Amino acid sequence: MRVRMLTTITGLTAATLLAGGCSLLGQEGDGGSGVEDDKVTLVTHESFALPEELVEQFEDETGYQLTISKLTDAGALTNQLVLTKDNPVGDVVFGIDNTFATRAVEEGVFDAYAPELPAGAEQHELPGDDGDALTPVDTGAVCVNVDRAWFRKNGVAEPRTLDDLAKPAYEDLFVVPAASTSSPGLAFLLATIARYGDDWTGYWQDLVANGAKVVKGWTEAYYEDFTFSGGDRPIVVSYDSSPAFTVDEAGQRTSTRALLDGCFRQVEYAGVLKGEDTNTEAARAVVDWLLSPEVQAALPTSMYVFPVAEDVDLPADWARFTRQPESAEQVDPAEVAAQRQAWLEAWTEIVSR
Amino acid sequence: MSAARSRGRVRGHVGYAVLALVPVAVVSVFFVLPVGAMLHRGLWPEGSFDPGAVLDVLRRPRTGRVVWFTLWTSTVATTVAVLLGLPAAYVLHRLRFPGRSVVRAALLVPFVLPTVVVGLAVRELIAPSGVLGFLDLDGTAVAIIIGLVFFNVSVVIRTVGVAWESLDRRPAEAAAALGATPWQVFRTVTLPALRPAVVSAASVVFLFCATAFGVVLVLGGVRYASVETEIYLLTADLLDLPAAAALSLVQMLAVVCLLVVVGRLRAVPDPTVRRVVAPAARPRWRDTPAVVVTLMTLAAVALPILALVVGSLRRDGGWSLDHYRALGGSADGLFEVPVSDALAASLRIAVDATWLSLSLGLVVAFVVTRRVRSLVGRRVRAVLDGFFMLPLGVSAVTLGFGFLIALDQPPLDLRASPMLVPIAQALVALPIVVRLLVPVLAGIDDRQRQAAASLGAGPVRTLLTVDLAVVWRPLLAAAGFAFAVSLGEFGATSFIVRPSEPTLPVVIYRLLGHPGALNHGTALAASVVLASVTAAVILVVERLRVPGTGAW
Repeated sequence: MRVRMLTTITGLTAATLLAGGCSLLGQEGDGGSGVEDDKVTLVTHESFALPEELVEQFEDETGYQLTISKLTDAGALTNQLVLTKDNPVGDVVFGIDNTFATRAVEEGVFDAYAPELPAGAEQHELPGDDGDALTPVDTGAVCVNVDRAWFRKNGVAEPRTLDDLAKPAYEDLFVVPAASTSSPGLAFLLATIARYGDDWTGYWQDLVANGAKVVKGWTEAYYEDFTFSGGDRPIVVSYDSSPAFTVDEAGQRTSTRALLDGCFRQVEYAGVLKGEDTNTEAARAVVDWLLSPEVQAALPTSMYVFPVAEDVDLPADWARFTRQPESAEQVDPAEVAAQRQAWLEAWTEIVSR
Repeated sequence: MSAARSRGRVRGHVGYAVLALVPVAVVSVFFVLPVGAMLHRGLWPEGSFDPGAVLDVLRRPRTGRVVWFTLWTSTVATTVAVLLGLPAAYVLHRLRFPGRSVVRAALLVPFVLPTVVVGLAVRELIAPSGVLGFLDLDGTAVAIIIGLVFFNVSVVIRTVGVAWESLDRRPAEAAAALGATPWQVFRTVTLPALRPAVVSAASVVFLFCATAFGVVLVLGGVRYASVETEIYLLTADLLDLPAAAALSLVQMLAVVCLLVVVGRLRAVPDPTVRRVVAPAARPRWRDTPAVVVTLMTLAAVALPILALVVGSLRRDGGWSLDHYRALGGSADGLFEVPVSDALAASLRIAVDATWLSLSLGLVVAFVVTRRVRSLVGRRVRAVLDGFFMLPLGVSAVTLGFGFLIALDQPPLDLRASPMLVPIAQALVALPIVVRLLVPVLAGIDDRQRQAAASLGAGPVRTLLTVDLAVVWRPLLAAAGFAFAVSLGEFGATSFIVRPSEPTLPVVIYRLLGHPGALNHGTALAASVVLASVTAAVILVVERLRVPGTGAW
């Protein structure tokens, strides 16, 4: 009985202490969107990364205090911006790509801003964005990657084209991130739509029949199922830059290769968010900063993408081991915006049957 | 009847109404409003009512498959949970053996474990590298069912066990004396008497299974979706709000129907009869099958947790604490704060969610247990009772997103408020708190209050000496449950949590999305820490020995 009393009293005391000391009441809410003039919030996806020095340099030079708010993946990021339009959760966004951008632009999520673009960036501007809503920051092509070491070891010829992936020789060897939950996955779906037109459903049925594995995200596909990372599938949907990260210890050769057939070019944009409380001046400064030579040069190593600025030097491994596709599959962003839902519905039907 | 007494009655009615208004207002603003806003966006997509789009969604083949998948997995999981839970309920509530209370408490833990942790634990077990890897269950429907059973078997044990404990033994003894075999006794006497409790437990378990989010999200992969994860996919990834609204409506209707059925079937003990808890018996040989099943259940519950703990301690083939050390870091900048800060944030948020849900739940329980004489009054009370159960049946995803879009206008611009997450979690915990308090308050003999009043005690004094004296222990138990639920809440929280202050379940889920051995190990270590804290809270609750804790 006494023990029970003791437990009870201890419990009560602990609860009271907890309640008194830990409550969030009385704490200041730090205001999601920058109401004060010297604060600016950058909303982005969770793959965002830049060296700490560059952030400090931005803060020193401009006097703004930069908060980086990583929400989720690129698709969910865009959708959240659409849902919270007019009262956004930040001042400026980075990481909306060309497969999602049109929807957000049409919904009027952005404030116009047309900074001076570095040489080479104009070609990546969003087609149909006449109101200067978005600014291109980086680009990369989503391509099928193959583990050359695996193919050599198993004496199988590497696939060369999208058609090859549906052939019996490559049964159960392909892993692809889902188009519904991953932006490279959607890019790959768009590449197949561009390539096969209305027959794309047939191509995907063949892929599924040939044992293609669909996983949730690119990280799962590349780091868990891809043979290079210890998985059991030597063909994966990834980026044209990926071979720069599979270089051997001597730095002489890379063990993977990007198929330059059937790639889809992704461009990531930054945009100033429209809202009463938006710190527009600071938001524009962030966009300028993303286009600065320092940040552009840091993009490859920090985020595995190519800068939009042409005159920036690429890291040595990149120059040596990556090749960008000369031409990529194209789908008009307006058509993507109009058809995405129907395409994804049809695609989901095929892969979850 | 004197004028003074009738005035007193009127005053009482007004006071009752005012008291009832407080939780109604809170639930309206923080639940009905956000959920309504989401449904509005879906049903009035371009500003005009468009039910056609909703019907279209319901005709999609995928919708049919998702609904069917939800139904059949929930049915199978419920059946398995009941079959495993019945023998364990008998052993743990009718038999006497050393360590009984520890085993009871241990079997209560899975129910309050965060869903993401449960999903991760099961996956750790059945992954190709896990103990059960040879069964090749990863990414199958069986994996999801295992997760659901793991989670819910404790609900069956509790609910049925409590009923079994207070079952009158005499009819069974009489039957045995008349020559019935133990099996005949069970079939003809015990089982019919337990039926209300079994049905009640089964329906609640079915409800939990059908609305499970974290478990299906972690274990389902791309192929399998339940209604709840499909709402998430449609809202967050596809921005197909009409479809999400349609599914939310279907889910809500189904759950309301189920709640009505549960309400009818729920075994409500007659509050004026003092319950006699039958003394537990010593185990006998004929109890062997039940004991064996209980041991198997215990092992089945322990196995995923063990896999989780072992996984968190293994690195590169050796034993190591690296993953726990990594909790001090921020996973290479994936988060703005170290993982350990997320634990602190979770605890702080849970404290606020607890007192919010407790104060609300107390008022609700008080209101719905008042003696009402008029028919209208009783009807109102029944509707109120159901109203506060609503959070059980509405997709937490819908709630979370609704918070984002409905609570962004002054005077309710709460999106940046640190109280947003605790409020959402308090609403999720509210039904559980109410369910724990209502039977106790209903069980107080009104004559005690009358006696206190006739001895000169005012209403407040009566409340303190009569009600509080009985209710304080269940209140503490409810606090423990609310705390645990808040610690593990994931569905709603994942939408509204501030990136600068993530909670631990959110951190765990995001770590899982970033493979790499260290991230995976860190997720395991964080899960172990979260599970330990939750288990500790529940063990303290168990020490309070509130009869019927965790029963439905």
